[in-house]
Amino acid sequence: MPEMKEPLMPVIGVVTDIRIDTPDVKTFRVVTPDGKKAFEHKPGQCAMLSVPGVGEAMFSITSSPTNEEFMEFSIKKCGCVTDWLHAMEVGQQITIRGPYGRPFPVDTEFTGHDMLFIAGGIGLAPLRSVINYCRHYRDRYGKIDIVYGSRSMQDLVDYKEIIDEWATDAGVSVHLTIDREQPEWDGHVGFVPNYVKELGFTTDKIAILCGPPLMIKFTLQGLQEMGFDKTQVYTTMELRMKCGIGKCGRCNIGAKYVCKDGPVFRCDELDELPDEY
Amino acid sequence: MRKISLSKLPELFSAIAKTSALYLPVDTKAGAKFEAWAVGKTLSNALNTVRSAKDFFFPQTENLMDFKVEGKNIELIDTRKECEDFVLFGVRACDVKSFEVLDRVFLAEPQDTYYKNRREHALIISTACNKPQETCFCGTFGIDAAEPSGDIVTYRTDDELFFDAKTEKGKKLLDALSSITEEADEKAVDQQKALIRERLQKLPLKDLKTEGFGSGKTAEFFDDPQWKELSSACLGCGTCTFVCPTCQCYDIKDFDTGHGIKRFRCWDSCMYSDFTKMSAGQPRLTQLERFRQRFMHKLVYYPTNNDGLFSCVGCGRCLAKCPINMNIVKVMKALGGREDA
Repeated sequence: MPEMKEPLMPVIGVVTDIRIDTPDVKTFRVVTPDGKKAFEHKPGQCAMLSVPGVGEAMFSITSSPTNEEFMEFSIKKCGCVTDWLHAMEVGQQITIRGPYGRPFPVDTEFTGHDMLFIAGGIGLAPLRSVINYCRHYRDRYGKIDIVYGSRSMQDLVDYKEIIDEWATDAGVSVHLTIDREQPEWDGHVGFVPNYVKELGFTTDKIAILCGPPLMIKFTLQGLQEMGFDKTQVYTTMELRMKCGIGKCGRCNIGAKYVCKDGPVFRCDELDELPDEY
Repeated sequence: MRKISLSKLPELFSAIAKTSALYLPVDTKAGAKFEAWAVGKTLSNALNTVRSAKDFFFPQTENLMDFKVEGKNIELIDTRKECEDFVLFGVRACDVKSFEVLDRVFLAEPQDTYYKNRREHALIISTACNKPQETCFCGTFGIDAAEPSGDIVTYRTDDELFFDAKTEKGKKLLDALSSITEEADEKAVDQQKALIRERLQKLPLKDLKTEGFGSGKTAEFFDDPQWKELSSACLGCGTCTFVCPTCQCYDIKDFDTGHGIKRFRCWDSCMYSDFTKMSAGQPRLTQLERFRQRFMHKLVYYPTNNDGLFSCVGCGRCLAKCPINMNIVKVMKALGGREDA
């Protein structure tokens, strides 16, 4: 019996690096005690991290599967578990289990297409995995556009990586925006949905959206006005989870469980779900 | 088929208890309850236990694993142990069916090893319901109280208990009991079944139908205006979910004992306001949404994911226990009774 693999049983992870991204977002690098990745994953999948005694919580894996050395998690401080994670130091052990959920169809539906990534705030975290996957297998995808916005310049996650790596890649265009004017900012100012409309993309792309619910709602509307079909637009959902394997009963939207049937959904699939998310 | 005189039940229980742990319904101050048999304990005459039998496979709380934390280091301790064989005696047809409903959740890949371990070590002895009561509606879900499932099915007449082994496991136990049981023909059992079916036909809820509900019916019922009225008095106490044999939602929580951390799994309830609450928001803001979730899950979502099988077995416990007298029967009658349904 103890030889049987128990899905709720985690493994130990060691935090080997903590990057301060924004005033409330840190990115944690995690490996097993023997220095390996805890498990393989696909872009868009999640992992359950826990601090024993505090609790478990589900996070999107923000590093790309093409990173063979470690996994990364960009985490916003907003509750018991995340407060604890933000307070810890390098070398701290945590527990990790996964991967969970249906990933983005990077090797099927996305192949050969131009990609348009649209993220707001911490919504970049799940998309970073896909963006870096597409950058790694650059010849499998067409042109890549990344629209990313946050409240302020200080709230842009992965800013250094965006400027130093993404923006310098051939065939990758980065479009950053912040909600309000700032003296040190000479880029675009305005909300993401409006910026997407201003940029006016051609509709021969796959669009991937992640951010606050209102941003997703208005950006999706904007994309549709531009002529995008919902079957070209993907998003990733977040609901409270305890098990990650469709058994604890709380992350369902209608008959679908976000933990196993999602978190990635094509926007036309969301139309078939009741409006309860 | 074998039989034993009811006067010899203590001998029967003693003989079973020699082979493995034996649990059976006994009367307590709080009503009938499954307890471990010991000399002197007698079988309850109640139709069913107050709580369902799901505790045996999915206990209200269970220790999943332990952690030892020292400085920055964590040691994970696998506390799982091989379960010992046990016999569950006197399970009713509805509760036996509930095990199948739970199996489809816990034994779906990836399998829950805690549940699987207990399930594999259990032997179910069911008992046909001689006196189904007015809150019973197992027939609505295709369950025959006169012919329950189980490793061994038993039938009780005025003075005898008949055994019909249905599985290899059941046959083996029945063989081991051959010195205290005697060979029986099926006549008395057939008469008993006929009597039970006659009584089932007189039950007030015998005409309750599942028609209209089932797989893929989310859109038909989700926005029904009647949810408001139906849920208006719901206190969100969660009693229905706790007595329900098929409710399987759970929470995972850690407890610091002072010398180590224990991770527990406990029953949870979709009726509670914090069930889906996140730092980012709450998809089920009012009791209407929580109430709707419970019944939509039993009548639509679960069947959608499980070949049309409903996640209700008609045991009637929620009818008896809801403090505001709201229940799945009223919901089914209200929603199924629409003219456009």
